[in-house]
Amino acid sequence: MRNTRILILALLGAGLAQAAEPPAAMLDGYRAERAGPFDAARGEQMWNEVHPHNGENRSCTSCHTSNLGQPGRHAATNKPIEPMAPSINPQRLTDPAKIEKWFTRNCKWTFGRACSAQEKGDFLTFIASQ
Amino acid sequence: MKSKFRILLVALSASALVLTAGLVRGDDDDGERGSRLWGKLSSDVRPVDSAAYKAECSSCHFAYQPGLLPARSWERLMDNLHSHFGDNAELDPATREQIKAYLLANAADTAQTRRSAAFANSVAKNDAPLRITETPYFLRKHDEIPQRVVLHNKQVGSFSNCIACHSRADQGSYNEHEVRIPGVGRWED
Repeated sequence: MRNTRILILALLGAGLAQAAEPPAAMLDGYRAERAGPFDAARGEQMWNEVHPHNGENRSCTSCHTSNLGQPGRHAATNKPIEPMAPSINPQRLTDPAKIEKWFTRNCKWTFGRACSAQEKGDFLTFIASQ
Repeated sequence: MKSKFRILLVALSASALVLTAGLVRGDDDDGERGSRLWGKLSSDVRPVDSAAYKAECSSCHFAYQPGLLPARSWERLMDNLHSHFGDNAELDPATREQIKAYLLANAADTAQTRRSAAFANSVAKNDAPLRITETPYFLRKHDEIPQRVVLHNKQVGSFSNCIACHSRADQGSYNEHEVRIPGVGRWED
């Protein structure tokens, strides 16, 4: 009886631990490029990093802020951006083509280069946890 | 007054009212002279009717109608998405070609509306401005707007933010009678 209760609590805890999952096919694709395991903490660290570009500081937080539950704003046009956190905005992490499109643009803008499969996996794991 | 004369007078007045209402409702700027009097009154730039364009080109800014720039401007813009006003707006090649075709087919120099023609005619033949806000027609139409109500206005921010003041810009309507500047109110010059 006691073991059953522990098991039920463990399963409930596991269910609550992660708000969403990145699209499995995307992570598998990255693993096929010899990336993984993926780490949300690494993703969070990269999210908050600041990269100077000709005197301009660029970061994911420039548009998305460091709180993924909050709406963001485009740094130049001020257009509102829906929150990135899937727990707030269930549309996030549901469309692989859309995700890859924004990785292409935003990694180049922020880091000055494309993100590696490892970085993308870490980012998605971090965003999924929010 | 004789009743026949009175009827005629009323009829003439009514006609005059209807005819001049058309003049008042449309813009009275000389930029559009040369088009027919009864041109497009309700939608002066053809609204966006491409789902791909709307999906890909309005995530960060207002969906500018193709009829606001000549084809040569759109071509230059679409060939340089990696460097899009300081941003990277790259697309996969198929989507890029699809959107480019839509823009070129509906650009200001071939569009059938008064205002699009005004935009196109104002741009020198050897110019291909990337910014709508740098076309001579745009500059002329906004030359009496003080910077404080746009640039220093938190609710507007920039002249590129059409929808902030032009309440029906998303329907292609830029009539000055519809302008409401946030924090200021109506603006008609």
